[in-house]
Amino acid sequence: MCTDALPGRLHPALPMLSSLTIGQAHQKLRSKEITSEELTRACIAQIEKVDGTLNAVVHENFERALEQAKNVDAKGDYAHPLTGIPYLAKDVYCEEGVLTTASSNMLRNKDYIAPFDSTTTKRLKAVGAMSIGKVNTDEFTMGASTETSCFGVTKNPWDTNCVAGGSSGGSAAAVAADECLFALGTDTGGSIRQPAGFCNITGIRPTYGRTSRFGVMSMASTLDTIGPMCKNIEDLAIVLEAIAGHDPLDGTTSHEAVPPYSKNLKTDVKGLKIGIPKEYFIPGMNQEVEGAVREAAKVLENLGATLHEISLPHTEYATPCYYVLCPCEVSSNMARYDGVRYGHTVTQPKDLLEYYERVRSEGFGPEVKRRIMIGTYALSAGYFDAFYRQAQRVRTLIKQDFEKAFEQVDIILSPVSPTPAFEVGKNSSDPLAMYLEDIFLSSQVMAGIPALSVPCGFSKNGLPIGLQLMGPQWGEQTILSAAHAYERSTEWHKKKPVIA
Amino acid sequence: MAQLTPDQVRHIAKLARLRLSDEEVAKFAPELTSILGYIEMLQKVDTTKVEATAQVTGQQNSLRDDVVWDGLASRDALLGTSALPIVDHQIQTSSAHG
Repeated sequence: MCTDALPGRLHPALPMLSSLTIGQAHQKLRSKEITSEELTRACIAQIEKVDGTLNAVVHENFERALEQAKNVDAKGDYAHPLTGIPYLAKDVYCEEGVLTTASSNMLRNKDYIAPFDSTTTKRLKAVGAMSIGKVNTDEFTMGASTETSCFGVTKNPWDTNCVAGGSSGGSAAAVAADECLFALGTDTGGSIRQPAGFCNITGIRPTYGRTSRFGVMSMASTLDTIGPMCKNIEDLAIVLEAIAGHDPLDGTTSHEAVPPYSKNLKTDVKGLKIGIPKEYFIPGMNQEVEGAVREAAKVLENLGATLHEISLPHTEYATPCYYVLCPCEVSSNMARYDGVRYGHTVTQPKDLLEYYERVRSEGFGPEVKRRIMIGTYALSAGYFDAFYRQAQRVRTLIKQDFEKAFEQVDIILSPVSPTPAFEVGKNSSDPLAMYLEDIFLSSQVMAGIPALSVPCGFSKNGLPIGLQLMGPQWGEQTILSAAHAYERSTEWHKKKPVIA
Repeated sequence: MAQLTPDQVRHIAKLARLRLSDEEVAKFAPELTSILGYIEMLQKVDTTKVEATAQVTGQQNSLRDDVVWDGLASRDALLGTSALPIVDHQIQTSSAHG
């Protein structure tokens, strides 16, 4: 692989190319100041420099990406803002001819190579963006720290004793460490927003059905969403615009028109009504997180928005609701991993039943087994109504909380996580403690609404703090524009980690 | 609060086609019990007359035209991801009856 990367004709004083935002790189590509190949080589060089420390990248796709970059350069048409832009995809996005393993021994041992593309990577390919590899995730996206990955934990670029978050922790660390220009994540119960908050980058969970789930390995089908993770809000808007919209291969995607998010960003927030839910600011919460988030609200107020205390009364039930619906759907979705059509295999089983049991017991790690068993129990005869049906009804109440709130306010503001990034190993022996990482992130999932994470400060130990903005269903533009106004007045998103 | 016994854990594992070691059973029984204890708090919520939500954006019956198309990958490409022997374009598994 080539590491003679950084091309001689660049001025040595120029910042590292891989640290550019999509918007900046696009300008330089159009003006022929740089080539896509140079940009791609810069990302590869950065991966080779820092990934030994971080462990974000789990599969490299460098040769193919360079070939695609050369083709893009040969054409020389950089009209689309993503043409010639290198990115990393979470290890659950299928790409034809490329390793995709969900960071699980179930697929790793057989080295699953997808025979087709996910709709999202296909759309990105069509506009000339290149996937340079796959990034780490909790096994089959089940976790909040990447500690359940068969490839081991991804370290936080801001403090390598801490986790990068999860499940899209590899995506977040890679973007924060400039190993790519942007990354793809998935958010089922907070898996884009929490790692984005932990690593000082931006990430959006779109409305359920705004982006296609086709070709992305499913965890919980009524909750899964796919979305981008970027260096700023403008980039988030650019990528979302390119991947959103109806897909005949995912029946839950909407025909609702996709607005030109990135063009509409520069509206101001004068008169924007922002709800502050009292249930998200509780006695005993982390003071640094509360301080940074209240300060961010003040910034928006100074820009002309108005703040309103609101109530979302069923907030406390959202996480338990999630941990019923999610494992039930997991137990069903994971049934496909039986060692027949793909994945792990064993030799000389006595019969088919033994084959299934041995394949699944060797292939799945403990968190996947826990969720499969909780789901199997909750869906078994006699328990269905008490668990799954009851959770679906509580889901309705949580959704109604938001519908009522959005009659009074335009967007809702809260912290992303109750604390900054935690230390590696702190929660890994207590599954329930890990589940409570999601307390501010589950309600939006239940309501199917969009929510994003944007950097809003640092703890005194130098760990990033994330601000969460939520909008009504299909209201991505409103939260992106508000976050962009916030970004224009603050510098947090520009801060970069020094990787030890 | 539901207390899962080791035998119940083994039974659930069997339903889920998982084979657990004794160590795993001993570890999972209290862990699953504590998770079930946590999700039991949903029982406190009064949901009489509340409809269940399955499709959160209200999308219904998403149908496409009834036209045959080739699909995204050939049959052989799909078979190619199996670790098991392929015989006459079919995957050969162990016998279901030993």
